[in-house]
Amino acid sequence: MKVKLALAQINTKLGVVESNLEKHLGYIQRAKNEGADLIIFPELSLTGYVLQDLVPTVAHRASSDDPVFKELLAASRDIDIVVGFAEEDVRNRFYISSAYLSLGKVVHVHRKVYLPTYGLFDEGRFFAWGDSVEAFDTRFGRAGILICEDFWHTSSPYLLWMDGADLFLFASASPGRGLTSAPELSTAHWVESINQAYASIFTSFVIHSNRVGFEDGLHFWGGSTVFDPNGELLAKAPLDDEALTYCEIDLNQLHRTRARLPLLRDERTALVQRELMRILKRDDSRSGR
Amino acid sequence: MNGLDINTDLARSILTGFIHSETTRSGFQKAVIGVSGGIDSAMSCFLAAEALGPQNVLAVRMPYKTSSQDSLDHAQLVIDATGVQSITIPITDMADGLIKQFPDMVKLRMGNIMARCRMIVLYDQSSAFGGLVIGTSNKTEILLGYSTQFGDAASAFNPIGDLYKTQLRQLAHAMGVPQVIIDKAPTADLWIGQTDEGELGFTYAEVDKLLYLMVDERYTPDECVEAGYERRFVETVVKRIQRYHYKRVMPPIAKLGNRTIGYDFLYLRDWGT
Repeated sequence: MKVKLALAQINTKLGVVESNLEKHLGYIQRAKNEGADLIIFPELSLTGYVLQDLVPTVAHRASSDDPVFKELLAASRDIDIVVGFAEEDVRNRFYISSAYLSLGKVVHVHRKVYLPTYGLFDEGRFFAWGDSVEAFDTRFGRAGILICEDFWHTSSPYLLWMDGADLFLFASASPGRGLTSAPELSTAHWVESINQAYASIFTSFVIHSNRVGFEDGLHFWGGSTVFDPNGELLAKAPLDDEALTYCEIDLNQLHRTRARLPLLRDERTALVQRELMRILKRDDSRSGR
Repeated sequence: MNGLDINTDLARSILTGFIHSETTRSGFQKAVIGVSGGIDSAMSCFLAAEALGPQNVLAVRMPYKTSSQDSLDHAQLVIDATGVQSITIPITDMADGLIKQFPDMVKLRMGNIMARCRMIVLYDQSSAFGGLVIGTSNKTEILLGYSTQFGDAASAFNPIGDLYKTQLRQLAHAMGVPQVIIDKAPTADLWIGQTDEGELGFTYAEVDKLLYLMVDERYTPDECVEAGYERRFVETVVKRIQRYHYKRVMPPIAKLGNRTIGYDFLYLRDWGT
């Protein structure tokens, strides 16, 4: 089975949801016209990234009675959509979330589980921690969503892998840093490297949508990618510029790669569980949440 | 020191993108830059010309009566090389209006007055030309506090503030800034014979390596000494960074209410754009 992906590498207006929604609908329409099956927007694509005190004023719920999601759900009748937003739950906690929409329904919402609160990042001050990493079924097989810092912890894609995901959908708003003599920023180099590594070691498709543009002095570098289960780069969006990048993936590649390299078959989950329990029971092992 | 080597194509593309974004999103198309004939303002001018188009950039030369002819000539080289618009507005009368009232005024006070007169001229031209004032302070001088608060340090935004002097020289070379400007001894030209390195007591080449270790690589002062730097040099630089931090932050506001600007009223400047 072949699936045509569309990486929607967009810039956003900081805190102006209506205007960002309009851009989403435009990109969705273009992707639809090109026959794409799934369009993936970056982290916080409806709001912008450094929201700070704007969070409570731009948060939405992924449901059909929400005015923003009503329009996105309508658009999802012909094309599946991954969209990033600030989410407010029923008890008024705010999350960095990405929703998978398909056939007019909300299929899944992932709440970012790792909120970087160090260096230039301050997410933990403004957002609540998500509490689950779950795969879900789509028209194209089982998938999982991770948001930026989530995939800097190997346990997150590992959990998705164990939960049956063959399509890893990653969304980021990655501020570029690390200007050296190399032709790409250190961040771009590292993100691409770990995406490729995950595709190889989980023998899965790894699809990364990163945003572009500036917020004050922060620069988002784009360079969205698709890696196949062999770790081969299938598509790469330009650095720094808005782009709608298409990539057709052949899901049968999962069969071919895993016939050659049965890493999933040989994964010893019971051993992992046993050892993890032993390690976590040790008196000197107090870290972790 | 490899850590200070930069990919100039990448820096150029990010910084022109930044200038374009920060200018247009606040509703402007144009920029105003004080061009002194030195490498920093040359760099901001080259980047702005590329980002906004030379016709949208106004280079302002602001000589004082003691300014050297070289400064004016080198500023003209930048104007000619970039094709930007230009105007020359001497600050002698406005600066002397104050200076003459204090016959025994020391050089530092006079220098600060000149820097702040130039700020007034730039912000006035900002209004007349309809462009934002683009900053010309580099990372070395910001860290060392080698600038006049609300003077040369004032701007709407600063494209070159995360580049050390050593790195600016690489970028200037790559973008075709005239060699004479890259090679000459950096000077604020506030009085005759003044040079940055003479006043600071060390060279940019030396201090940039040290700053890179301390700031970017998070070396402790002791580790810098172990890495081969003289203890007195390290201590001087540490003290300068701390002593002049006030120039790098907004003036603190005394907190009284539940929401106070600067503490718990937090929005980016790019809010809503």
